[in-house]
Amino acid sequence: MNRTRRHVLFFASAVLLFGLLAWAMHDLPPFGHYRGPYGDVINATTVYERHITDAITAVNFDFRGFDTLGEESILFMSVIGVTTLLRRQKKEKKKDGPDESDEIEKHRAPEPSDAMKVITLGLVGPLVVYGLYIVAHGQITPGGGFQGGVILATAPLLVYLAGDLKTFKRITTHSVVEIAEAAGIFGFVAIGCLGLSVGAQFLANVLPLGETGTILSGGTVQLLNIATGLAVAGGFVSAIYSFLEQTIEMRMEGEKD
Amino acid sequence: MLILQIAILIFVGVTGTAVVLTREVRSQVIGLSFYGLILAMMFFIYQAPDVALSQIVIGAVALPLMFMLAIAKIRRNELQRKQLKEQEERKAA
Amino acid sequence: MSIFPYLLAAYLFLIGLYGVISSRSFVHIAMCLAVVQSSTYVLLLAIGYKVGGVAPIFADVPVGTAAVDPVVQALMLTDIVVEATVVALLLALAVQVQKAAGTVDPDKLLELQG
Repeated sequence: MNRTRRHVLFFASAVLLFGLLAWAMHDLPPFGHYRGPYGDVINATTVYERHITDAITAVNFDFRGFDTLGEESILFMSVIGVTTLLRRQKKEKKKDGPDESDEIEKHRAPEPSDAMKVITLGLVGPLVVYGLYIVAHGQITPGGGFQGGVILATAPLLVYLAGDLKTFKRITTHSVVEIAEAAGIFGFVAIGCLGLSVGAQFLANVLPLGETGTILSGGTVQLLNIATGLAVAGGFVSAIYSFLEQTIEMRMEGEKD
Repeated sequence: MLILQIAILIFVGVTGTAVVLTREVRSQVIGLSFYGLILAMMFFIYQAPDVALSQIVIGAVALPLMFMLAIAKIRRNELQRKQLKEQEERKAA
Repeated sequence: MSIFPYLLAAYLFLIGLYGVISSRSFVHIAMCLAVVQSSTYVLLLAIGYKVGGVAPIFADVPVGTAAVDPVVQALMLTDIVVEATVVALLLALAVQVQKAAGTVDPDKLLELQG
């Protein structure tokens, strides 16, 4: 069907759907008057039962830890999918031969300036420390494995921005990245099985709970935070590297000339 | 406080419309990054700091980064295709 | 005022869908899908909010104070990470389509080839 017919059909159904949704939303509790008991129960008991002050991390890794395991698997499988889809295929290698013409040369990015190099390379260290801090303090303040993992994954990009392509390639193709991602997922399941081996259920909180407000509180939640941080950081570095791969090859060949 | 809450909701609606109605893909990426930041501000105002941190890190940094890399790759493939076509036309002529 | 955030969520959903059906590039479609997903964030946030409540982090406030719902916020965290992974896969597919068929315009790709 052509574009105009598509648009007319869409507008008719959109008006109908909006009307139905507005009618349904009259029966929701009015905005600001939260009714349900579940949230209030968790707010009242998290600090006493689990010694964790961040209720959201407690829900994510302790009360509903199984959902987080499912989400980790989604991340893992999507990274496998992206790396598979963007791999170098045989017929591509023949085309990217030595006779690259002027068209592509014109669109190459210029060499970064000295100020850029100083700032980006100076910030790599603080960024890694900041990412580790957010991963480790997930159960005390807002933060946790996901946020800290993604912050850690953007640290190699600063090296790329500074123009140091050899170091960037060495960092992101090192086997540590893949080992970290696999160790993260495996660690999550292994900590779950720790609960099984003692006699409680899968992913039960069986380690000593510690003192509220310190790093070593929460039992298994701390270890799960670290495992998630590793898995997310490794996954995002692999995914971003698959997208960047060809650009790096082209620029590295240009530098050798 | 109430005015701030209503204002940020209206702002989210307007920015979302602007992101959708931008046709040129490279400008839309910048708009998407700004939209991620406005959403994070909305999360802060509605007392959700953990979610705001996650939204800033993923929706305003990692997502536009992946978009820009994909756009660069698509453009490079297009240029390569045009080149090959011109080469073949030159050989045929 | 009391159903305004819910209506905003419905509006964002529909405007994102409009972007998907009227688009001329796969990358544009992926960005409009991000807008559609953000409508679910607004809806979940609005369901869990309590007037006068604080953030559910008890490091500096005593345990009895009224706080907003932490369960919906945990759901939103999962939602954001899944959005990033879905967009990564969609972009990888768009790059492969460009390599195989030469265009990323969905209107020109109406027939399957080969």
